[in-house]
Amino acid sequence: MIRNSTWAPSRPERAFRIGVGEAGLLPIMVSLLIAVLVIFEPRFATVQNAINILRNASFLMIVAVGQMLVMIVGGLDMSIGATMALTSVASVLVMTAVAGALPDAPNLAILTGIAAGLGCGLAVGVINGLCVALMRVPPFMVTLGMASVVGGVALMLTSGVPVYGLPQPFIDEVGRALWLGLPTAFYVALAIVVGLALGLRFTRPGVRTLAVGGNRQAAAVSGVPTGVYLLGAYVACSLLAAVASLLLTAQIGSGQGAIGDQLTLESIAAAVIAGVSLRGGAGRPELVALGAIFLLVLTNAMDLMQVDSKIQSIWLGAFVVLAVVLEALGRGVSRRG
Amino acid sequence: MLPNMASALHAGPTVSSEPLPLLELRGVTKRFLGVQALDKVDFDLRPGEVHALFGENGAGKSTIINIICGTFPADEGRYCFAGHEIVFRDARQARTMGVSPVFQDFSLIPELTVEQNLFLGREVVRGGLLDRRTMRTRASKIIADLGFELDPKAKVETLSRSHQQMVEITKALLTDLKVLVLDEPTASLTEAETRRLFELVSQLRASGVGIIYVSHRMAEIRRLADRITVLRDGRRIATVKADEVDDNELVQLMTGRPVGVLYPVICHRPAAATLEVRDLSLRNGAVREAAVTAHAGEITGIAGLVGCGKSELVRAIYGLEAIHRGEIRLDGALFHRPTPGAALKRGVCYFPSDRVAEGLALDRPIRENASMAALDLPTFSRAGFLRRASERRTVQALMERLNLRPVQIEPPVGRLSGGNRQKVVLARGIPRDTRIFLFDEPTVGIDVGAKVEVYEVMQHLLAEGMAIVLVSSDLAEVLALSNRLYVMHRARVVAELTGADINEATVLSHFFPGEAPPSGNAQPEAAQ
Repeated sequence: MIRNSTWAPSRPERAFRIGVGEAGLLPIMVSLLIAVLVIFEPRFATVQNAINILRNASFLMIVAVGQMLVMIVGGLDMSIGATMALTSVASVLVMTAVAGALPDAPNLAILTGIAAGLGCGLAVGVINGLCVALMRVPPFMVTLGMASVVGGVALMLTSGVPVYGLPQPFIDEVGRALWLGLPTAFYVALAIVVGLALGLRFTRPGVRTLAVGGNRQAAAVSGVPTGVYLLGAYVACSLLAAVASLLLTAQIGSGQGAIGDQLTLESIAAAVIAGVSLRGGAGRPELVALGAIFLLVLTNAMDLMQVDSKIQSIWLGAFVVLAVVLEALGRGVSRRG
Repeated sequence: MLPNMASALHAGPTVSSEPLPLLELRGVTKRFLGVQALDKVDFDLRPGEVHALFGENGAGKSTIINIICGTFPADEGRYCFAGHEIVFRDARQARTMGVSPVFQDFSLIPELTVEQNLFLGREVVRGGLLDRRTMRTRASKIIADLGFELDPKAKVETLSRSHQQMVEITKALLTDLKVLVLDEPTASLTEAETRRLFELVSQLRASGVGIIYVSHRMAEIRRLADRITVLRDGRRIATVKADEVDDNELVQLMTGRPVGVLYPVICHRPAAATLEVRDLSLRNGAVREAAVTAHAGEITGIAGLVGCGKSELVRAIYGLEAIHRGEIRLDGALFHRPTPGAALKRGVCYFPSDRVAEGLALDRPIRENASMAALDLPTFSRAGFLRRASERRTVQALMERLNLRPVQIEPPVGRLSGGNRQKVVLARGIPRDTRIFLFDEPTVGIDVGAKVEVYEVMQHLLAEGMAIVLVSSDLAEVLALSNRLYVMHRARVVAELTGADINEATVLSHFFPGEAPPSGNAQPEAAQ
């Protein structure tokens, strides 16, 4: 009796996946891009420009690794931008209110403002996570709906006008301070990325998060409380969005309802070009950080070459589609091989 | 409680002199959306025994083991574990109490490594961090103890099916195991691996673990089982001691009718050659310079080892593989650039081996799946609009003819068992004017009773003068059914056998050219 197993499909190998397993193409692409710019664009290779890029990349890094966590558990967070908006507006409103009531305690105002901002992130994350984990609503729909709700609340609070009156220390010591020439946001992003990279690899919650994304049913059968990790991923993502928003608010110096408009898509873009699978189960924070830098260098180059921002948006969108197509192609090719 | 079937059978599982059962099901009933999956079933498992579950597809085997493993609760009835009535909240709780299933679709995370999978859910942690060294040591030790060849650092998605199964079994053994559930464990194992598994089962039995063994394969059940519970249509037919019943009795219990021989006597009446393949090479090299002819009124078998290209050959005829060179003729007329649509119009239908991936839309009703390939026929549509009543009538009649159980055509296909799914796939070719049937592993993963029914369908088709091409890795099957048998080896057709040449020794000598014909039941997969 001969029996074989060819009818049972085995998982395709992923030799063509960008960035997963081995570091992949991304580091090469970043190096190439930078090399080309250094050679052909004299305004690129200046200290000020590098600091600019790193500062802007920092915000994206923070939200992109959050997005990565949600993608690892098989979801997508479309509410990052709206969460940032609400966080920005709410924290500034609280800070100005407290500062107005207690003018002698600016630090208290700052702390309550930060707490309010993080509270907004927490609330959005918990709602997103509960809907996905308990009610099994498709993540895309939940977070898209939440984006509309949260963005609407942020607009309602401010009527669409920026909120000024931040305590000066918040702007000077958090937003615009430089250590060793680099902004606060960069160090925060670095700590978050390194922490997550180690956490995913060397801690129990890390491995379990990857497992839930890889095969939720299997993880559940293996004794992993999958709901907890799903919820955790969404909460972490929204909290990271709140952190990025607070840092950005401090840098800008006002609460803005439009603060994270581009960042939802950009966070997905950074994650996808870093090889985070849209099907879940895989993702490396250090590569996502590199993906964020890549996008910012690209944007920076277009700025230097005075490419219209509308055209830039077209390029960004096309790039995301291309990255996803490449990933799908890679899977298709290796399946046939 | 059902009456005893014969003196050798005892229906009452508990006799005072026997050890207390590890687990016991009493009057367990389960319904899925109106389908009665289990009807007042009793089952018990004692420490140190192998208790086989035997039954046709849809008999309720998987429902029982899912209840035992806590995947879902029973609707009615009692479940006692270690003497206490229990309702498992979920599979996790069952696992922590020592009930470990090894299912056919594995509970492994493809993206994680072997050792991460082994310790998933019970990671060793020290000071907040994973204690990777301890886990690696323990993983290596248990893998070595089991005699498996597994690299603890390898990612599971890079492993073969059989290696993934080893991981699965290793994982079950890492816990304090009391009950091991093996669901068709040898389906993807080679002969050597199967032997190793059997040794393992014996060791576990000796150490007092209770083992529930689900298999279609009589030989395995004979070899391993202490007791056998036979299920049919969701009811327990009998629980018998393995050494007190013979094969025929078992098959009769399972199917509810006497089964003389598995393979029917096929009456071949070869007529004109309807399908001629000349000098066919595929772009991916899976088939090279193949020539095959199939006549109406006979079964043309294609045998060969795994990966020899036999499946790709028929897939190419149906337009599923890119052709590099060669020609395909249907009734003498050249069939240019085959596509599935064109093939269907020309009366060729292909029945894929992977029915989940290629054959069926699992979420859609049986009715839609059965009519899917024939919606352009006037029976099913007129002026672009579906004729639902006609469709329902036709499909209902068809499924009755194919003996679908239960004969309901509206539930989604995903709820059917393997054998019933195959019937739905078969139904697809029949409403059309199909004259050439390409069967790719039609009986993989289905049980004896369903196999017999598939063979009966083939018999009917032959009687109506159809041509059947049967690709199968089940050597006994192609030997018994084929009137003309092609053997493929490494992408080439190496032999065309007819009449008395169709025998095991001849075929095997072509499987292993240049070697002495291997003895009896060689497992060619090991030769890969």
